[in-house]
Amino acid sequence: MPDGPSLLHVSKLSAGFGMTPVLFDVDLELWPGELVALIGANGAGKSTLLGALSGLVRVFNGFVRFSSRSITALRPEMVVASGLVHVPQGRRLFGTMTVERNLLLGAYRRHDREVRDDLQRILTYFPALGDKLDREAATLSGGEQQMVAIGRGLMGRPKLLMIDEPSLGLAPKVVDRVMEIVKAINQDGTAVLLVEQDVVLALEIADRGYVLENGRIVMRGPAADLRRDPAVRKAYLGV
Amino acid sequence: MSLLAVRDVSKRFGGVKALAGVSFAVDKGDLLGIIGPNGAGKTTLLNCISGLARPDAGDILWEEASISRVAPYRIARMGIGRTFQIVRPFPSMTVRENTAMGALFGRPRGRLQPVAAMREADEVLDLVGLAEKRHYPVLRLTVPDRKRLEVARALAMRPRLLLLDEVMAGLNQVEVEQALAMVRRVRDSGVTIVLIEHVMKVIVGVCNRVLVLNFGKTLVEGPPAEVLNDPRVIEAYLGERYARGQKTNGEHQPTANA
Repeated sequence: MPDGPSLLHVSKLSAGFGMTPVLFDVDLELWPGELVALIGANGAGKSTLLGALSGLVRVFNGFVRFSSRSITALRPEMVVASGLVHVPQGRRLFGTMTVERNLLLGAYRRHDREVRDDLQRILTYFPALGDKLDREAATLSGGEQQMVAIGRGLMGRPKLLMIDEPSLGLAPKVVDRVMEIVKAINQDGTAVLLVEQDVVLALEIADRGYVLENGRIVMRGPAADLRRDPAVRKAYLGV
Repeated sequence: MSLLAVRDVSKRFGGVKALAGVSFAVDKGDLLGIIGPNGAGKTTLLNCISGLARPDAGDILWEEASISRVAPYRIARMGIGRTFQIVRPFPSMTVRENTAMGALFGRPRGRLQPVAAMREADEVLDLVGLAEKRHYPVLRLTVPDRKRLEVARALAMRPRLLLLDEVMAGLNQVEVEQALAMVRRVRDSGVTIVLIEHVMKVIVGVCNRVLVLNFGKTLVEGPPAEVLNDPRVIEAYLGERYARGQKTNGEHQPTANA
């Protein structure tokens, strides 16, 4: 595991909906610059965990520390301001707004003068969006919409970007492109917590991984080890 | 005689040409896969067949009779069932009640009595593998189970042709295997199937033919093994990583050292 203080430290976290817990005693740690994959079956609680970190899902117990301060149960907008940004599953763009508006909404909390510069810089990851800035987001293809969702996340200047199932519903070639972009963003210094059903792909680009089962972390380790692990292969790859 | 014939169908939305003259036929017993880049017109094509969208040009024939101007509920009752990418079950009902809706309102001749509809629902739930969860409120279902329910609702109408729109999206490889077993059971029960999928394991695993759409047109059509090795399909849709995986492993699986 990397040295120095971790960027994200989740300890004994329990969270859920109403009175029903979905996550139990989750421990997870992530260091600056890392790309960490969170894998698990549907219903295991992966999206719920991202939601709990973002302040969207109720935390019952435990704590979340980010950049050395507590963000446990902080309001979502405060979590974003602290540099932890969530790219939700299914893109969740504002379909009738333009691509540019959607991207700028990622900087909703920012009042600095560099927002416009950031927009230009971020477009270098997504050259295909450059001439589509004034299109309504809903008219874009699925892959382009995913790029807008990630771009919107980057506009919040994250230290850690949490991306939930970016490959959902995308053509194989586009999945590759999106994953290359995620990797590039990570290599430029942004830490990434990636939830992805394509376990092969996720563990290919990740440094480390966590396996979530029935709301509990059951395995953790370097991505290469998890890729070789017989239990992981049987449960998630069917081989 | 083809069960379904799509003839030179075009559909435009504003300035975007979603379908630009697509033709193909589905025979009884076929399991046809439709693949293609996002935005290629796949869902629009299913919408035209099921009556949700009306073609601007061309025609769609069901057992030789045109259905391109027939209302969706009538098309459903004629024997074409479909699922939707975004599942929308009735949240306050159980799995069984949701399924019974298909039997109650989707039948060709008159409505079934509720008791008969429930019995039908149980049969169908057995087929899709949800029998044990039939009394669950739908909100308790996981994503793969919600997709199964979507299939069950369509099957409860007893369609002869079932259109599946990405029912495997968001499933991991093991869940895909389970869903594939379900599709095979449905096929073996005598239902002809057309499915849209981005998961190549599905296309290779169950389809006897594949149609590749690109920019609203047919790019290639043929048996899966041929189509997925076609350079045009690799270029437009599959990408180099898939092609490399094919060469090294014979299938799209982890690399040899994994």
